[in-house]
Amino acid sequence: MNHTPVIEVKEVYKSFKTVQAIRGISLRIEQGQFVAILGPNGAGKTTLVEMIEGMQNPDKGEITIENRLWKGNELYLRRIIGLSLQETRFIDKLTVWETLRLFASFFAIGKDRCQEVIHLIGLEEKRKSYVVNLSGGQRQRLALGIALLNSPKILLLDEPTTGLDPNARREVWSILNKLKEQSLTSLILTTHYMEEAEQLCDYIVIIDHGKVLKEGTLNELLGDSQNDIPIKPVETRKITLDDLFISLTGRHLNE
Amino acid sequence: MNNRLHNNQLYHLIMANVKELIREPGVLFWGTVFPILMSLGLGIAFMSKKDIVVNIAVIGKNHLVRTPGDSTSILRSFFENNGATLEKSKDGTLLRRFIVKDDKLGNTIFLFSDLTWTKAMVLLKRGNLNLVLDENMGKVQYHFDPKNPDAQLTYLKLSKILDDPVKSVVGAGEEIKPLTVSGTRYIDFLVPGLIAMGVMMSTIWGVSYTIIETRAKKLLRRMVATPMKRSNFLISLITVRMALNFVEASLLFLFAYAVFGITIQGNLPALIMLFVAGNIAFAGISIFSSSHTSKTEVGNGLINAISMPMMVLSGVFFSYHNFPDWSVPVIQLFPLTMLADGIRSIFIEGAGFTEVAMPLLILSGIGSLFFVTGLRIFKWH
Repeated sequence: MNHTPVIEVKEVYKSFKTVQAIRGISLRIEQGQFVAILGPNGAGKTTLVEMIEGMQNPDKGEITIENRLWKGNELYLRRIIGLSLQETRFIDKLTVWETLRLFASFFAIGKDRCQEVIHLIGLEEKRKSYVVNLSGGQRQRLALGIALLNSPKILLLDEPTTGLDPNARREVWSILNKLKEQSLTSLILTTHYMEEAEQLCDYIVIIDHGKVLKEGTLNELLGDSQNDIPIKPVETRKITLDDLFISLTGRHLNE
Repeated sequence: MNNRLHNNQLYHLIMANVKELIREPGVLFWGTVFPILMSLGLGIAFMSKKDIVVNIAVIGKNHLVRTPGDSTSILRSFFENNGATLEKSKDGTLLRRFIVKDDKLGNTIFLFSDLTWTKAMVLLKRGNLNLVLDENMGKVQYHFDPKNPDAQLTYLKLSKILDDPVKSVVGAGEEIKPLTVSGTRYIDFLVPGLIAMGVMMSTIWGVSYTIIETRAKKLLRRMVATPMKRSNFLISLITVRMALNFVEASLLFLFAYAVFGITIQGNLPALIMLFVAGNIAFAGISIFSSSHTSKTEVGNGLINAISMPMMVLSGVFFSYHNFPDWSVPVIQLFPLTMLADGIRSIFIEGAGFTEVAMPLLILSGIGSLFFVTGLRIFKWH
């Protein structure tokens, strides 16, 4: 793994009217690294991702991608970032293939890459289906496919499996694991699911109220916390990420 | 070259919009078939010379039928001397039917019903009566709302007939020379108005609503997170709408030409330029009105607030000169009024570039102004 930071978030703050969404977060993400940002609703995950993807400007602090600021480098950065947002709905009456071709055209990418992507996301059989007729899982795979069209150096996924059944969720994970094997793409993933973070990511950042509460690899997080988390004497199980989260925030991740 | 076109984002955006349109049957019906049906319905309604039925209440006893010992009645004498037939309606009310035949204006059938004042008022409020008659001191009295043009017309017709039945009925309308030359009929007035209204409705709903819906679906935000040129997104929407408007207007015109014999008497290039200017005006207004909201309910309200007043006031279905004098100069400033008046002047007055230069410039100016202002405050995500 290359240890050059692809994304650097330095002491970033962001407020909306009276709400302080992000309060001094710093992150450093290296090439090929898969990072999960965990936090309950309203923790500031989406705001952080939106700032990294250039949709929001920080009030204070700095975000660089490949050592470039968004200002003045927007076109270049848009070319190297892939993105999947929460609950995006595409054009209902376009087919899967037409939707991929439309988004590919924004990157001046031809049919061959669309063919590779439709194969990767397993929607070849649905090639001629209208988007409106796809299941939730298939739509999410299409969204992921669109995010991968430009073979992105950085992939930002905002709760990519929320609302999906376990099977559909595993299909998305399988696509992302294939990507991880290639070690070319850095991933930032926000999620509600502990299992997702454990399965996919090699670095986990837990945030709440706009602040980083704890960060590290899964083993680091659980190892550090072994003595801090109270487990009832009768319990013999290992500490989980869920236990850690509850001890840090006082609530479950889905709350 | 072909490969380049197929990877071109503007081409794909335009094709996506076209496919979305043609795959939605409702869009084609409301945009193309409905205006044609409307012109057919209204055209036929205003072209055929059907009988005009006028309902009149007669208050007081024995004005319709003589009974022994009755005093004289002007109305009864009129009915008896001029062959007004005596009938009973379905609910048993006694009535007299008097027909004024006219092959130029169409026949007028006067139905005089024997009613009490209370019953007459109920029917008047329901809009089932045009006029109420009674007699006082040997004179016929007419009761009606003076602001109601139908009632006024009935009063004028009936008072003339009662004053001089022979002159009014026999040989009536000899001085009337009906105009049937192209350009003077109601349908000639209506079709240019419908074309202008089609441009407004199709553009405002097609551009404004699509932008708001795309924003609400977060699709707009997703698109601008790619290297897509933002201008291409708007250009594709406007281009597709303009092309659809052109098809709709052409179909409506061809229909009106085939069925009603409507022709374009003025300058065709001027008409095309004015049509484009109208599209620019409404495209600009659409961009402006959809620049901020991401709620489709708010979008619905905004679009209705813009289009409804113009649809009612701008002289699409009837002349705006029917509105109070002070309001006419204001109405004439509406983009739809300018477009409808301009198209109408080319269609039926034989106007050319000179006559439509001003509306053409103003419409283009309005469109550009709203477009630039809208873009300045446009919320892309």
